Amino acid sequence: MILIIDMNERKLGFDEFVLPIVSIIKKNYFVKHYKKVKKGDLEKCSKVIISGTPLKDLDYVNHLDYFEWIKDFDKPILGICAGMQAIGLVYGCSLVKCKEIGMQEIKTLKENKLFSSKFQAYTLHSNAIKPTKEFEILAKSKKCVEAIKHKQKETYGVLFHPEVRNKEIITKFI
Amino acid sequence: MKLGVLFSGGKDSTYALFKAMEKDKVVCLISIVSKNKESYMFHTPNINLAEMQAKAIGLPLIQKTTKGEKEKELKELKKAIKEAKVKFDIEGVVAGAVESVYQATRIQIICDDLGLWCFNPLWKKNQEELLRELLAKKFDIIISGIFAYPLVESWLGKKINKNVVNELIKLKEKYKISPTGEGGEIETTVLNGPIFKKKIEIIDSEIEAEKHSGVFVIKKTKLIKK
Repeated sequence: MILIIDMNERKLGFDEFVLPIVSIIKKNYFVKHYKKVKKGDLEKCSKVIISGTPLKDLDYVNHLDYFEWIKDFDKPILGICAGMQAIGLVYGCSLVKCKEIGMQEIKTLKENKLFSSKFQAYTLHSNAIKPTKEFEILAKSKKCVEAIKHKQKETYGVLFHPEVRNKEIITKFI
Repeated sequence: MKLGVLFSGGKDSTYALFKAMEKDKVVCLISIVSKNKESYMFHTPNINLAEMQAKAIGLPLIQKTTKGEKEKELKELKKAIKEAKVKFDIEGVVAGAVESVYQATRIQIICDDLGLWCFNPLWKKNQEELLRELLAKKFDIIISGIFAYPLVESWLGKKINKNVVNELIKLKEKYKISPTGEGGEIETTVLNGPIFKKKIEIIDSEIEAEKHSGVFVIKKTKLIKK
């Protein structure tokens, strides 16, 4: 059972950033807003995907206490855009200004099970993560760190949106 | 949040409007009339009807005309959105993009430049599901433009119902054309629906078609009480 975490402050963001993930996963999932994730949800799921948000929705940055569970969670997590930033922030990474809107070339720096080589991806973000030493950088664009993985855990973050282009990243993750 | 909805009068922007009205506060519609029939950004057949549709829905409309040159039409769109920001104090824009990364990216950039939120509530929506939802919500939609093989004149003016959706799905399987017309294969015009206070009746229309390309030109309409 996959837990999809909705990161959106506005209800309209749900349609754009959560439903496309749902349409890829199709079955065996449940969706919870990040402010409503309970211990039982984390126990019953096998993996977690954390959604993105509209460009102007940075509300989650003011509510990082809701993501503290990430540090003690040992099952696989995939954070997309805002989801990646929330993962990085709870581990003490800093947020840096790095805006990209639209298709970007992503270069894989480290072999991993989600993607490889160079590929085009859809981006929509104002900030990026400056990872701490707990993370390895899996991919970069010309401007930003585009994908990270925790060195000890199956905790991934991608800044680009695989639910828009590169859907296979999500299917490989699940 | 006060929202302006990019509105062409076709099914996607009308359904995006419906979703925005359901979840937030829409204060105006924004429409671009492109003189270029092959505009990259804007739905073209019967865009002049947008004024009537806005009246039927009961929302003010900001409309701008563009010659439809690829990047210049984006400047007109930005002007129109800016006007909506000044006149109606909008904080965000809603668009009906479904698959087009080109369209979504351009709108995101404009909104970002103007400091506005941007929402695409139909983004990546399954095409068959989109058509079936529109029917379930009782939108009256006609096909007002055809631009691909094997579509022919007889499709023009057709009301979209379950049978038409089934036919479009079959065409998708056989010819790979998009049943929602996202690749510009079909264009639609919405005449009535749950967000319409009055419905639109077509009094006079004309078909302009050649082989697999044509438009259903709506020449005269009237608003009818529901």
